[in-house]
Amino acid sequence: MSAGKARLTSDEALRSRPSGWRATYQPDRRRSWYRLFVSTPIAVMSVAFLLVVALGAVFSPLITPHDPRFIDPDVRLQAPSTSHLFGTDELGRDVFSRLIDGGRVSLLVGVTVTLISAALGALFGIIAGYYRRLDAIIMRVMDGFMAFPGILLAIAVVISFGQRASSVILALSLVYIPAVARLMRSTTLVIRELPYVESARAIGQSDPRILWRYVLANAVSPLIVQCSFIVAYAILAEASLSFLGAGGDPEAPSWGIMLRDGQRLLGPAWWMAVAPGTLLFLTVFAFNLLGDALRDALDPRARERREDGVVR
Amino acid sequence: MIGFIVRRLLALVPVALVVGTITFALLHAAPGDPAALMLGSEATPDQVARARERLGLDDSLLAQYPRWLLDIVRLDLGDSLFLDRPVTTAISERIVPTLQLTLYALLIALLLGVPAGVVAAMRQNSLIDRLLMLLAIAGSAIADFFLAILLVLLFAVTLRWLPSGGYVPFLDSPIDHARSMLLPSLALGVSIAGLPARLIRASMLDVLHEDYIRAAVARGLSPTHVALRHGLRNALLPAVTVLGYTLGDLLGGAVVVETVFNLPGMGQLVVNSIARRDFPVIQGVVMVITGCYLLANLLVDVLYVYIDPRVRDRYVGR
Repeated sequence: MSAGKARLTSDEALRSRPSGWRATYQPDRRRSWYRLFVSTPIAVMSVAFLLVVALGAVFSPLITPHDPRFIDPDVRLQAPSTSHLFGTDELGRDVFSRLIDGGRVSLLVGVTVTLISAALGALFGIIAGYYRRLDAIIMRVMDGFMAFPGILLAIAVVISFGQRASSVILALSLVYIPAVARLMRSTTLVIRELPYVESARAIGQSDPRILWRYVLANAVSPLIVQCSFIVAYAILAEASLSFLGAGGDPEAPSWGIMLRDGQRLLGPAWWMAVAPGTLLFLTVFAFNLLGDALRDALDPRARERREDGVVR
Repeated sequence: MIGFIVRRLLALVPVALVVGTITFALLHAAPGDPAALMLGSEATPDQVARARERLGLDDSLLAQYPRWLLDIVRLDLGDSLFLDRPVTTAISERIVPTLQLTLYALLIALLLGVPAGVVAAMRQNSLIDRLLMLLAIAGSAIADFFLAILLVLLFAVTLRWLPSGGYVPFLDSPIDHARSMLLPSLALGVSIAGLPARLIRASMLDVLHEDYIRAAVARGLSPTHVALRHGLRNALLPAVTVLGYTLGDLLGGAVVVETVFNLPGMGQLVVNSIARRDFPVIQGVVMVITGCYLLANLLVDVLYVYIDPRVRDRYVGR
């Protein structure tokens, strides 16, 4: 019966916080999740790499060696060199500078989509899981959205609403909200039967308060894990949309658009496609590894399974 | 069995209705006049008026909605604005390469993913397990179209072993067909393979903890025999249902990968239509692929009931 209002000393509080939504938790195996996370080298490396990409995106006007949009016909299709680290494209623009600047679109879309999907998905999922009468309606609509292969739904939405960054964000949010809702619904179905929810109801707490303080508070760790995967998928999906010509602003440099341009010039200028593709891969890979490490750190069941041996 | 299939088909009706409604809403919820949006900014008011009439946009939404649903049920997806033919015709000309690519990629993903998952589960926490799972995550982190570009760069541009694009129908020349489909199928298959690998590993680990596995080991059967005959056979069942969902990724991925290789499939149709703002075709492809996906999942459900005797007895009731 952790979480809730109990005020514990720092270490104790850290240890018990993620444990609330599981009953079969063995206290002697407990280690604080952040210590476990920090002791995973892959997780730390991923976070460090993502920080570099994010800082590059935020401060790109200050740090790009060349103007990412500056067209210089004299240096068209130059191979990587010291003055152009990743070469130049068919208009003589510096690929390295465009990579740094392109991170803005990817991260903006990835993070915004994740925040929107997490907020709305959690709202719908918790309501569907808690109020059984609304369950069927909400989940049928979610099933409908999930029936579309994500990238195709996104294309249809972007084309209907016009090719802007906001349309891309709307489109991808529609793709990921149902996934979050499904997870939060099943988590809520477990939590609502737990004694502390019943006792909260018994002492006359209001429904919104129960949903916020008891249900959501204890469903946060699976939500956080899913969020780091959604950032990864959203960045990948945004690149696919741009690659297909269904992305946001076609003038703003983005990794998907750079790949689209590079694909046409693979023979004469392989770096035009390989550079943005590799950075896209590393970024998505890092978010995936981060998600895996968070899951291991936050979900002791996965950890236990990992720890005990199996028939060889 | 037939009763079960009918029940599953009926369960698809509400989902299909929601899918149809979403697609309808997309066309109409968008800001601006759909007809004007389709024709672009250079259209004259007269052209817009004619397009509105052709699309029946002057009727109320309440009148348009049932008509739209009825058209879909009759498999009438409207006419393309540019191709001068019905959307269903345009799609039927393009559907074969997409479905072939999806099928080949699925085979490759299973051939790579299932053995990887089994080995990883049998050697849980070993170096090979960690390596395989890292590869599986890497596979799902690489953009399928970037993998496609890398394969073209290596096998077509540099080594010149395989064509960089184009499509040869199977019946024209099976060998050239295989050569034209190998790189696209590899790109899509490898980028999906991490999913079956992780699924099989997870469900193998669940199964390997069962008492009957311990009993089999105690009887002195070889670990490989136990893992494959007792473990994998039972682990496949839960994995099969989840695998159905990957078909959505496969179909969506096929649309993207096709465009790298100039395969004349539905992906190319969509991309050309995006550039021309050919709404009916985009919607048509979205609906057809979603339909394929729903039917494939139905097939997976039926297959599941068929291969698991416990579930079969419950539904078929003998």
